Amino acid sequence: MVESKSFGSRLFDVLNYALLFVLTVVFLYPLWYVLVGSISDPVRLFMHNGLLWRPLGFSLHGYRTMLQNPNVGIGYANTIFYVVVGTVLSIFFSCLGAYTLSRPKLMFKKLFTLLVVFTMYFSGGMIPKFLVVKGVGLYNTRMAVILPGVISTWNMIVMRTSFRAIPQSLEESARLDGAGDFTILFRIIVPCAKATIAVMVLYYAVAQWNGWFDAMIYLQDRSKFPLQLFLREILLININNANNAAGNDAADVLYLDTLVKYAMIIISTVPILCIYPFVQKYFMKGVMMGSIKE
Amino acid sequence: MSQIVNDRPPVTYHKKTFFQRLALDFRQNKMVYLMWLPVLAFYLIFHYAPMGGLVIAFQNYKPFKGIAKSKFVGLEHFQEFLTGTYAWRTIRNTLVISLLQILIGFPMPIIFALLMNEVRCNPYKRVVQTVSYMPHFISLVVMCGMISDFAASTGLFNVFRDLAGKPHLNFLAEPRYYRTIYIASGIWKQMGWSSILYLATLSSVDMSLYEAAAIDGAGRFRQMLSVTLPALVPIIAVQLIMRMGHIMGEGHQKTILLYNEMTWEVSDIVSSYVYRRGLKNNDYSFGAAVDLFNSLVNVIILCSANYFSKHVVKESLW
Repeated sequence: MVESKSFGSRLFDVLNYALLFVLTVVFLYPLWYVLVGSISDPVRLFMHNGLLWRPLGFSLHGYRTMLQNPNVGIGYANTIFYVVVGTVLSIFFSCLGAYTLSRPKLMFKKLFTLLVVFTMYFSGGMIPKFLVVKGVGLYNTRMAVILPGVISTWNMIVMRTSFRAIPQSLEESARLDGAGDFTILFRIIVPCAKATIAVMVLYYAVAQWNGWFDAMIYLQDRSKFPLQLFLREILLININNANNAAGNDAADVLYLDTLVKYAMIIISTVPILCIYPFVQKYFMKGVMMGSIKE
Repeated sequence: MSQIVNDRPPVTYHKKTFFQRLALDFRQNKMVYLMWLPVLAFYLIFHYAPMGGLVIAFQNYKPFKGIAKSKFVGLEHFQEFLTGTYAWRTIRNTLVISLLQILIGFPMPIIFALLMNEVRCNPYKRVVQTVSYMPHFISLVVMCGMISDFAASTGLFNVFRDLAGKPHLNFLAEPRYYRTIYIASGIWKQMGWSSILYLATLSSVDMSLYEAAAIDGAGRFRQMLSVTLPALVPIIAVQLIMRMGHIMGEGHQKTILLYNEMTWEVSDIVSSYVYRRGLKNNDYSFGAAVDLFNSLVNVIILCSANYFSKHVVKESLW
């Protein structure tokens, strides 16, 4: 990467920039297509074939029809509940675990670490886990979506590594002032590891927002379903989307179907896409700390 | 550290026994152990209890009887799986999909990181990076929903059919396109995100190496191959071992969202079969047996890959 203005170097740059530009378009285009599709005129969209670069006409019919579907509201509310409660609990318990594993002098530190890391390589699998969730009485409760995955081992290990990097002296002076472990963790360590915690909040929140499988196997009541499960019904199991809404005749249903799908994709995806760029600068650090080697 | 000083027992000149050390450790770290308790409970209940629950793989488990009273049948379920018609199909599909992902999907983030590393215009770099992370944050359900919409006979993917002058078709109903869709969508989703690790590693490469290479007459492309790529070799080795470690562990979620009866011949993998037989048909013991078999194969492959890497590349997970 030495500055040199040779022809070869320039050619390299031009090709590289062009290639990356093409990749960027490939990353973005599917979502762009859905976005402009979602605000297009239903009939024109239905007739259209092939690529789409800008909206065909304009209509908010898809969004309006979607909002008439009661499941969207239920799903959204449940997802927000799972994301908020799940993330708070996840961060709290991961902090406790990471703090313990980061203690330098703890006698069983090695054993605890082994106990935790082993689960990254071997697990009982989905059926015994399902039976355990049933056995402890969580089946068909909201906690079944939160508790079985409340700690992600990888995230906890990353937090441990970042806790360990905090200078001991900070902690020692607090101890002299009579602070206990709980105070030290939440008053000194956590504020010092703000960046890591921010990334972990994002990871846990995104995992909850996007999760669907646990909810599908552990929940029975539709009133507890997160948004992703309703999305799956609408996008993949192809229940007629516009059917529920009153006042749509058969032709409308046909035209609106795609529009409703696109609108659903947009409203379920955009919130997350608005958040991650703000924490993006910490991703690299987080990834580097995920190395589980001692 | 005052607490520790106060708590210390009278000075003794012989070595403390295990129990003395244990008592001391416990006294000093009472709070820490208390904080560990819920975490330990989580791991015991949601990770180790299911491992214990794997005994049902050797039983004819009936929910109303429980593990204690269900009849032991030994290796019957394993035998049934391995001699049945589904074993070959699911194991083959799992291996093919995994190997394709390793061959095509694994190098992509490395190539992407190499290209990104050559971009010197920082705003451009940042924009490309942000955009490349985006697919990672899109949920599987949404991604598969988009695929199913694009793959339909009126969908976006038929642009390719138009270009080739062929009639439209529903791609997801065609077994011959399933693997392409599966692998390509995986690359789209994870390429940018997986490149973070490599980019982070590259940020610490010694710049003088590039100067030396330039003096020796290496062009940009040559520098990329001879300086940048070697810097990545250790991390690539570790990543590859980890990838090998779940060669049979291809997740069920994406498959369950994307497959249908028409493509089962190429799409059904071990984990989706476990889900169908075990959870959808409530055949708990059989499902657990198939899953256990799969996990064991995985562990063996992981250990072999680790051993090989330790002795050949001198990089290993443990």
